[in-house]
Amino acid sequence: MMLEVEELDAFYGEQQALFGVGFGLDEGRVRTLLGANGAGKTTVLRALSGMVRLSGQIRFCGERIAGWATENIVRRGIAHVPEGRGTFLRVTVEENLQLGAMTRRDRPGIAADLEQVYEHFPRLKERRMQQAGTLSGGEQQMLAVGRALMLRPRLMLLDEPSFGLAPLVVAELFEILRRVNREMGVAMLIVEQNATLALDLAEHAYVLETGRIMMDGPAEVIGADESIRRAYLGY
Amino acid sequence: MTAPSDEVAAKEGVARAPAPARAGSSAAVRDDRGHRLAILAAVIVAFLIPLFARDFLTFQLTQVMVYALAILGLNLLTGFNGQFSLGHSAFYGIGAYTTAIMMSRWGIPYFWTLPAAGAVCFAVGFLFGLPALRLQGLYLALATFALAIAMPQILKFQPLESFTGGVQGLVVDQPDPPFGLPIDADQWLYYFTLAVLLVMFAGAANLVRSRTGRAIMAIRDNPIAAAAMGINTALYKTLTFGVSALYTGIAGALGAIVVQFVAPDSFNFLLSISFLVGLVIGGVGSIPGCLVGGLFVLFVPNIAESVSTGLAGVIYGVILLIVIFVMPAGTAGFARIVFARLLRSPKPEGRSR
Amino acid sequence: MELLLQQVLAGLSTGTIYACMALAVVMIYQAIDHLNFAQGEMAMFSTFIAWQLIQWGLPYWVAFAITVVVSFVAGVLIDRVLFRPIQNAPILSQIVAFIALFSILNSSAGQIWDFTIKSFPTPFGHTALFGSALIDTHEAGMIGVTLGMLGLLYLFFRRTRLGLAMRAAAANPESARLVGIRVGWMTALGWGMAAAIGAVAGMLIAPVVFLEPNMMLGVLLYGFAGAVLGGMTSPGGAVAGGFAVGVIENLAGTFIPYFGRELKLTIALILIVAVLMVRPSGIFGRQAVTRV
Repeated sequence: MMLEVEELDAFYGEQQALFGVGFGLDEGRVRTLLGANGAGKTTVLRALSGMVRLSGQIRFCGERIAGWATENIVRRGIAHVPEGRGTFLRVTVEENLQLGAMTRRDRPGIAADLEQVYEHFPRLKERRMQQAGTLSGGEQQMLAVGRALMLRPRLMLLDEPSFGLAPLVVAELFEILRRVNREMGVAMLIVEQNATLALDLAEHAYVLETGRIMMDGPAEVIGADESIRRAYLGY
Repeated sequence: MTAPSDEVAAKEGVARAPAPARAGSSAAVRDDRGHRLAILAAVIVAFLIPLFARDFLTFQLTQVMVYALAILGLNLLTGFNGQFSLGHSAFYGIGAYTTAIMMSRWGIPYFWTLPAAGAVCFAVGFLFGLPALRLQGLYLALATFALAIAMPQILKFQPLESFTGGVQGLVVDQPDPPFGLPIDADQWLYYFTLAVLLVMFAGAANLVRSRTGRAIMAIRDNPIAAAAMGINTALYKTLTFGVSALYTGIAGALGAIVVQFVAPDSFNFLLSISFLVGLVIGGVGSIPGCLVGGLFVLFVPNIAESVSTGLAGVIYGVILLIVIFVMPAGTAGFARIVFARLLRSPKPEGRSR
Repeated sequence: MELLLQQVLAGLSTGTIYACMALAVVMIYQAIDHLNFAQGEMAMFSTFIAWQLIQWGLPYWVAFAITVVVSFVAGVLIDRVLFRPIQNAPILSQIVAFIALFSILNSSAGQIWDFTIKSFPTPFGHTALFGSALIDTHEAGMIGVTLGMLGLLYLFFRRTRLGLAMRAAAANPESARLVGIRVGWMTALGWGMAAAIGAVAGMLIAPVVFLEPNMMLGVLLYGFAGAVLGGMTSPGGAVAGGFAVGVIENLAGTFIPYFGRELKLTIALILIVAVLMVRPSGIFGRQAVTRV
């Protein structure tokens, strides 16, 4: 298992948000975290990136990364596309992408990856010299994913990639994610409210409720589950 | 977008109106009563002090109250409405000079000068608040700073000398205690200032708790959302500027009466900086904190000076740093944390809420 | 017309001082997203260190170099020791910390070197440039060095990875961490650079205004005004703003009848505020475009 999480508790100040969360992820696989607002899905990703106070075990490629600073976790190959995208609004699109590769030293590799990101997202190439703050929501989301890819990550954490985007744009985005996963073998942990999309892309799913994992199973099984369908899929 | 959580609010160092206990519940009654008892106790102590203290201490405490009022003015604008001002020394100066001119040139009794100073400063503050609407943060800081710089220069301005007394300033006569009360002038001024202080602090507390107060704070927390909710941000911001100036102006008026002297160079930007320091030390967004701020601003520089004249600045700076390190949210923030810790009952380990 | 030109040029020449200071102000603003009120005092202290080294017999450029390096290190230390621990404190509290630093530096400089005015040497000499009475070699040297620093900074920020990382860390620290940038060190680096630039500014300014602990007070104010006028996001704008402030101040003093001389500073500030009314982010500043 590339990523193993055990007994994870997370806290915002005095308030506990996660209770004994545990799960795993294999190389090159896609898993999804579902749940209502406030269930703790974003907190799981933030815990993995060292952005919240936590206790418990997190092992990534054999290393214990619980308690590490964000910068160091990132340098191990975990790219986090945060809620709200985290775009650097005042620099250009291309500079945003270059920032994604900040921890890498291989110039030719970075240049090649940049071209590949532009291939995945031609609209970004059109706007490469524009200030990132002028991009639409969909384009900023693509930029955020592109920036994450520039790390050449082993694992991508995506926090609600579909948030606020039009359906066509979302479909396009998820297609690209599927391609990236298949062609580049990047493992993904996707937090989503749009369960249909997420279950389509992922092989395995977890359902969180008030900071605990309530369900855990293959995507088809979770998707077929009556209670899930009622709660999250609307039928 | 999540609403600003308490965590965020604590980070912004800003007071949150305490979550109201449900009306009529015993907790609400207890809270209110506790509060009122504390205030009553404080007022009684304040009342008794001059009867037992030496004249100079009484004089100093009167100055503390004056500064506290001035800081409250700044607090209304910066703490409760989020508009940064480095220019409040100007309002203080305007208030002081209004009083000095009215008393020494026109022989008007001191108590009438207070509302006059307040009115003048309200007008100036309101007018300044209009163009200030267009400026944010840094740029507003510069504009208000310009005001602070301008004031001493305007006061020293030759053509106005017949009015302002120019560089030499004006002398103000100390008022006598009325009705032949058996106290001396210093004590009378103390009580007078105390009365004004109580009235104005109560006014501020009421304002903050009212709908207007909530609108003002909403503008601070999220101006776009406030506007979207239908709050006339422009009106409230300029009004707050005016009220804030009024408070600091009345403080200035009181200051002139207490110190019995006004001179242009006392109202420079260093005074503005003192107000800012007092505001932060007391606690941004805390009304009682203003008193702590006043105490700090009056006494600590003196203490620093007495330890070592040459290195007074260093000692003052070090004290400031220590206070900021230990109490980043000011005294009020610190007190809040302490009370929260004391009042919370211990929970068993690992239980969820 | 002749007088106007003369005054404009005179204003440009005093403006070089403000431009230099404005550059340092904007530099640190870009690095830490804050205004450093103690910037002037740090520059003043550095200049005193240089003066002391020269008093001890070191040649000018050696003292200059040592001072720049020491200032850089001091800037890094001040950041790590003083401001890191309170980085999560409210902005107003941090501003008070700056005020404290100001007070400490001013007072200790006064204590160590006292308040008598000292002269500070210039490597450029004070001879009139090309025989003109309007600008002398030192002022030309100031302009040259300021523009040179500006050029280097431009290249650094726009063309190097480290510069980009610093910009990112200042603009959006959380996102910067998510791309692996060590934000803490970027801030420290920014402080070091600003301290070094401030030292250079101080050493350029001192020959003109003479060295004493309160020398930078007025200069910092003008530099701040120039930076705001030019736009805090633009080093070039800040330099231009600094020159503009010098010119405005001089013209106000000369041409506005009656109270121009006494209220020079006020008028200059009022004009700047007027400009900000029209362009709230400064003349060259870029309004950060954010979608609500």
